Formats: sequence, C-alpha cells, structure tokens
Amino acid sequence: MTTPNISWFADIGLSDRPSVGGKGGSLGELTNAGIEVPPGFVVRTEAFERFIQKLDKEEPLRAPVEALDPDDLDKVGAVTKAIRERIENEPMPADVDDAIQSAYKDLCGDDANAPVAVRSSATTEDADDASFAGLQDTYLWVLGAEETMKMVRSCWASLYSVESVCYRRRQNFPESGVAMGVVVQKMVDARTAGVMFTRSPLTGDRSVITIEGAWGLGSSVVSGEVTPDRWVVGKLTGEITTRDISDKHIRQSPKPGGGIEDVELPEAERTAPCLSDEELLQLKDVARKTEKHYGKPQDIEWAVEKETGKILLLQSRPETVWSAKDAAPVAAAQDNPMKHVMNIFGGKRS
Amino acid sequence: MSDKPAGFPKPSSIEVAKGAEAAQAAYPYYMQFAPEDDDRFWFYNSMHFPEPMHHFDMVTAEAAYCALGSSNTRVHCLPTTLGIDYRVINGRVYIGGNAVTDPAEIERRTEEFQKRAFYYYEHWERLYDQWKDKMRKLISDAQELPKPELPEFEPLENVHAGKGVASNHYLLETYHKTLEGYFRMWHHHFEFLLLGYGAYMVFFDFCKKAFPEITDQTIARMVAGFEAEIFKPDDEVKRLAHKAVELGLEGKFAGDISADDVLASLEQMGEAGREWLKELETSRNPWFNVNVGDGFYHYHRSWNDDLSLPFSAIPGYAAKIKAGENLDRPMEKLKEERQELIDGYRDLLSTDEERGAYDQMIELACRVFPYVEGHKFYCEHWYTNLFFNKIREYGGLFVEHGLIDDAEEIFHLTRYEVEQGIVDVMTSWSNGSPTRGGKRFRAMIAERKKAIEIWAGMDSAPALGPVPDMIDDPAIVMLWGITRENLDVWLDGPADANSKEIRGFAASSGIAEGPARVIKSVQEINRLEEGDILVCQVTNPTWAPVFQKISAAVSDIGGSMSHAAIVAREYGLPAVVGTGQATARIQDGQRIRVDGARGVVTLL
Repeated sequence: MTTPNISWFADIGLSDRPSVGGKGGSLGELTNAGIEVPPGFVVRTEAFERFIQKLDKEEPLRAPVEALDPDDLDKVGAVTKAIRERIENEPMPADVDDAIQSAYKDLCGDDANAPVAVRSSATTEDADDASFAGLQDTYLWVLGAEETMKMVRSCWASLYSVESVCYRRRQNFPESGVAMGVVVQKMVDARTAGVMFTRSPLTGDRSVITIEGAWGLGSSVVSGEVTPDRWVVGKLTGEITTRDISDKHIRQSPKPGGGIEDVELPEAERTAPCLSDEELLQLKDVARKTEKHYGKPQDIEWAVEKETGKILLLQSRPETVWSAKDAAPVAAAQDNPMKHVMNIFGGKRS
Repeated sequence: MSDKPAGFPKPSSIEVAKGAEAAQAAYPYYMQFAPEDDDRFWFYNSMHFPEPMHHFDMVTAEAAYCALGSSNTRVHCLPTTLGIDYRVINGRVYIGGNAVTDPAEIERRTEEFQKRAFYYYEHWERLYDQWKDKMRKLISDAQELPKPELPEFEPLENVHAGKGVASNHYLLETYHKTLEGYFRMWHHHFEFLLLGYGAYMVFFDFCKKAFPEITDQTIARMVAGFEAEIFKPDDEVKRLAHKAVELGLEGKFAGDISADDVLASLEQMGEAGREWLKELETSRNPWFNVNVGDGFYHYHRSWNDDLSLPFSAIPGYAAKIKAGENLDRPMEKLKEERQELIDGYRDLLSTDEERGAYDQMIELACRVFPYVEGHKFYCEHWYTNLFFNKIREYGGLFVEHGLIDDAEEIFHLTRYEVEQGIVDVMTSWSNGSPTRGGKRFRAMIAERKKAIEIWAGMDSAPALGPVPDMIDDPAIVMLWGITRENLDVWLDGPADANSKEIRGFAASSGIAEGPARVIKSVQEINRLEEGDILVCQVTNPTWAPVFQKISAAVSDIGGSMSHAAIVAREYGLPAVVGTGQATARIQDGQRIRVDGARGVVTLL
C-alpha cells in the first residue's frame, strides 16, 4: 500500500513523476499497462524531503549549498563531502526507516537476504542529464534490508556530488526543489538479457524491432563488454530477417556475497544463440505493446528470468536518435494518383 | 571513369559451337548477331529461356518481343524506352533494350504516355474485364481450329455443297490461324503487363524507402490476391482428393501406377469410379490447362496432357483429409491478415502526407494486381498449351506423310520450315506423289538434336557487349530485375565455387534443414519424399501439390513474385529463389539449410 514514504509500482504511473521520479513512474506505467516488470516499490520524494528537512533542522544543509560559488571547487568539495557523509550516516526519521524496511519485507517475504536492485529515479524532465540528477546510480544484487537502506542513502547522496551541485548553482536552481525517488525492485536472475529498439537503430525503420542480447545480466550488453547476438524481427509480420550470432566470451552473474562478476564461458555456449525464436517473438510482442502504450518508439531493457523463463522489462525510454531527425516525407499524395507511376516510367535521366 | 570495367565479350567474339554451325545458321536472319551489334549491351534471358532453344520454340521469343515492343514503343509510349531486341546464339536468347535518352523526346513521349497509360489505370477494371472476354474468345477460337488431317477423297457433302476448296488448303489456313492466334495472344499478354508491374513497383519502392528493412515478401503479401487463377489447379486437386475419400477411391492412386492405369481402374469400378471421373472432367476444363514450365517451350506439357502430377498428389492430400486436416485455404483469415498488414504499415508511417501517398499507391497496386497474377494462366498456360498441341498435331501429320519419324521432332524445325513441310504435304496429297522433304528434314533434325545437346553443355556469358553507364529501362528493371549493380557481380565472374553459401532472393521466411532433392524436370517429381528440400530450376503452378510434402524450396530462377515464392508463402515454407546456380551446385541427397528470410542456402 502507498504511504507518504513509499509507493508500489501498481499504484503509480508517468504522471507521478514529481513524487516518484521518471524511472519509478515508468515502471508503474508498465505495470499498469499489463507489461511485466520485476516487482518493486519507489521510495518517494517525500521520504527524501523528510530526511533532508530533519538534517537541515539539526544543522543547516540547503542554505550553505545555495550559497556556494560553483567556481570555488575546493569549497564545493568540502561542503558536499560533509553533506554526503551526513546523508549516509545520520539516522533517518523513524517513519521513513520503518516504511522502507517493511516494504522490503513485503517485497521479499521470508528471504531476509533476497537480492534487489536499487536505482535512483530523477524527477525532472531533463532527468537524463546526469550532471543535474546526480549520478544515475544503479546498485545491482543488493542483499538484505540493511544493505538496501545503505544504497537508498547512496542514491540520495549522489544529488550532492560536486558535479550535481555545481550544475545546480550555475543554473541557479533553488535547493528547495531538489528531489529524488529511489526504485527498489526484485533482482532478476537473468538467463539472458539485453536491449531492444522498436525502431531500427541502423535505418530508423519503424516496422522492425532490433533485439540484442547476451547470456546473464543485461549489464554486459548495456556497458558494451560483450558483443551481443542481434536479431531483426518484423514488427507486424514476426519474420526474423537478421540473425547475427556473436562470440559472447563472458556472462555477467550475481556474485555470492552481493554485486556481480564476469564468468568465462565454454566454447559451445559462447557461440550459441542466447534466445529461441519463440522468445524473440514474445519479446517482439512485449515491445509492440510497450510502444503502443507510449505512442512512440521505445528503447527497452529486458531480461529472461532463469528460473521461470519469464520475460521481464527492466526499463523503457523513448527513442531519441531517429525521433530527433526531421526526415523528409518519402512521398506525398498527388492530385492525380496516376502521377505516382512517373517515378517508375519517367526515368532517372529526365 | 578510369576504373570502368572493360565490359563483356563482344557478340562477334562468341563462336558457334563446333558441330552446331548449321543449326545456328538455320535460325532466321533477323535473330542472328551481326557486326553492328558489338556496340550494344545484351544480356542472356535465362529467366524466360533457361534452356537452348528448339528452332520452332523461337516463335515464343518472336511473338513475345514483337508484342512487348509494340506496347512499350507505340501503344503506351513509355517515355524512356522503346522495345526489346533479341538475338539467338548457341541456342541462347540474348536481349537488349532500346533506351530513349534525348530529353525532348522523353518529354514528347511522356505527354503521350500520360494520355494512354493514365487512361488504362483509370479504367482498369472495365478494360481488364474486356481483356478476359477477349482472351476467352481467343482461346475458344483456338479450340475450334480443326485437327489437320487429309481424307483419301474429299467428303461427298463438300462436293455436293459446291465448296470448291479442297481439304489440303485448310492445312495452310489452320497453320496460319494457329500462328496468328499465338502472336495475338502475346499482344494481349502485354496489353497491361508493364503498366501493372509499374504500379506495383511504385508501391514497392515507396515501402522500401519508408521501411528500409521491410522484406520483398511482405510487400507482396500486402497486394496479393487469394482467389487468383494461380491457386486454382491445386485447389482442384484438393477437391478431387476430397471426392476420392468420400467415394472410398483414394487407394487407387497409391503406389507406382501410371495415370492411364488409374483411369482404367476407375473406369472399371462402376458407379463410384464414374462419378469421380465426372468430377475430374470439370477440374480439367479449364484448370488443368497448366503446364509444367513457364509455357515458353513446347515440352512444358500440361496436366491435361499428363495427369500423373495431379494424381500423384492425391494420396498425400487424402491422408491429410482422413486425419481430419482442413485443406481449404482460410480465405477470410488470409484476407484479414492482409488487411492487418496494410493497416499496420500505414499506422507506422510518420505523417499524414505519407499516409495519403501510401493510400493512393496501394489502391493502384491492388487494382492492377489481379492482372499481374492472373494473366499467366490464360496466356502462358492455357493458350500456349493449345498452341503447341496444335503444332504437335501437325507433327503427327508429318509422321503420317513420311516427313519425320516422331511428332515431337516437328519442334526442331523453324516455323518457316514447318510451313514448307505443310505445302509439301499439301502438294503430295494433291498429286499423288510422295512428299519430298523426308530425307532433308531427317538430316536437319539429327543435326539440331545434336546441337541442342552441345549447347546444353556449354556455359553462356551472362551478358555481351559494353557495360552501360546506367540501366534506366523500366521494362528491363521490372521484368528481369537487372540493375547496374547486377552487372558488376556478373563482371566479377561466377561466385566462388568453394563457398558453402548460395544466395538468392528471400522469398518466404523460415529456416529448414534436410536432404536436397535436385529435380531437373517434372518427371522426377515423384522422387520427392516427406521433408525433402526441393531444389529446381523453376517452379510453376503445376508444382503446387508437391509443396505439401517438402520442407523448403530453392530455385535457380525467379523473384519474390515468382510462383515458387507465392506458393511457399501460402504453405508457410522457407524458400530462396533466383539463386542462379542451386541445381548446378547442390548434389542430390546433400544436406542443406535454407534460410528463407535471408535468402541464403548453406551446404552442410
């Protein structure tokens, strides 16, 4: 259930961005559109606000930041370091602490060490601009409620990084408006994961879905450490028109004590396709549904859960590269439809 | 351009094969290469004429190019091109375009073109209905031509009626009418063809620009009809299989038994057998008038001439019917899927401006498509069968009158030589002397049989003469798929023979692996077993029934709109067509993998 401090995905959507951030809102939106994502909740901006206000009362926090000169890097460094330490160490308001702890328990049930991902979720439109939003922190394979609390604090603290603060000061952005949501969601132990685009990154073609994937967690694909397998699937036809199977030398897997590690793969696995045709078509369907829901081409991160084989979306963002290009229309209607045939019969020379 | 390729061999540098000189010289003069042809670009029309030409069969090239050229040059006045020229050397047909390059002339022709072609597009349905009436009339006229035969005495009733013309005269008249009908049929064939392909290409090009990664087959699916004549023969075989199951006759078709024996055994079994044979008759006329090739060669016989192919498909269909499978093509579902594709791609366009153009183009493409799909049944199949069978009757007459030993040998003579033979027969009948051409014809036929054999074993240059800067002839691009880029590939020589991959057009998507069955003629079709991959030169509507057995299809010749491609899509089988070399490079029985979406065949 949603409290002032946390919201479950099912209770929020894109319009809640101001209080749960873009990432959280998007995961809520997907959940409500019937697209499966790893279950989770968002630590709302109110929780951050409560904590900061508590800290501010104990010892002024926002006013000293607002007074900083972005060109005085020594001072910025010293002030922000102190603030980050306070955020990481000072006790939280009891209700915030309780809300997060109990939400973790509701999410993970009996398993006190269940792995989760903790991700910052920025509230502003230019959220993709890391210099403002703080480092877009994502902590994978976080084990247990204590560790989760620690990572939530790390996300909050990232708003007081030197770059973030300098950026805000240059923009003269009021400190009272600084806020951040934090997503806590169950970690997917992925057999295969990757990204997909509902518009060809090569040609901008909107009728195909390009899917890239590799063994294990999707971080290896996103970071570029592994050359993924690549497929092109007809959005409407389901035809698989391209199959580039690459040599995937490693798999990123959860490390026993938390975090992730690279695992070398045996030869046969390296060059085997990491998705079946059936899975490709399922991914295509999920991609179409997501694109339809948002009404524009999407850039999607996905995973296939090892245990269940279920396809889960980790993230979906609007595609930006081709959408920004103003392509001339391929053709326009003619007063006389017959005139189109002159494209063929008129000749290139004339 | 310094790196401009040197070009292809000059026509004058091509030597006539040893031992085939007389056969080469026997083709009419207007099809022979001459020195002035060296300055022009020619390419081998392996798509329509993949085998060396029997002398009589050159009539197909004559009639077709005469009609195609008239349509382009004089009737619809295509702005940038006149007709197609053709030559024959070593039995191979080379053709070349006649481009219009003078801008003023293009402009003049554009004006004419719009007055003519646009009228056709606007009144397409009416003109096409009229076309079908014309074609049916032409067909019935051909069916009514009398069998060429000579009585010992003129029938008494002719004499008493004062007819005043004896039977031998009608040999010549019927022959002329037969040829006239064939030439006329090719005019009908081209009446709409270029305009139809052009309207389709407009839509095709638009889709390729708007959706750079769309496959040819998807575009084809958006305009294809489902009730086209091309599907009818196979539908009829399914209907007959149903009837056989209903009457409990399906066992009669099993095993290695000739079509004649099947007919005889059905005849003997009384009521049920007769009932089925009655159904067979309704299927045969007209739908079994499909032949086992493109209809360009006299030996592309029809199902009606040889029932073994449709009969061989009946056991397979019968087994499926008895297993409760529905063989009917789900028309409503197919139509719905097509509409979903059309609407789906429309939605994906970025602007209303583009959607407006898309609507106009697809409307035009769908309007012309029934002709593009349907004309072949009437022209290349039905009419061509009637034509070659009529000539075959003259072959029988020649045998009877001692000119040749086998009716089929008549096709080794040119159409002019056949006329000489006819006059020889007419004269001999009139004066009681033996015919005079027997010795001469037998020698010529022996020579030409040998020539065909020699030519069949020779490699042919894909093109001759200088490389053109560009190919801007819509007919050549549309009908033969030849572009400037193709020529570069040809100039590089044949693909590496050691490569494990053979590439062609991606005709129908999916992947299949299995043993290759290299089928060089329809007679071998019975060798296909469940799960085999069919590897052939070219398929046509008569092959449809074998698609129920195979797991994929590969052909040497054809584009994404070819018969093999259309039927493979219907059956959901992977297919790669237009490989150029599959039957030459794949061994019978070899395991291969067919990737129909990529257009690649891998030798395993």
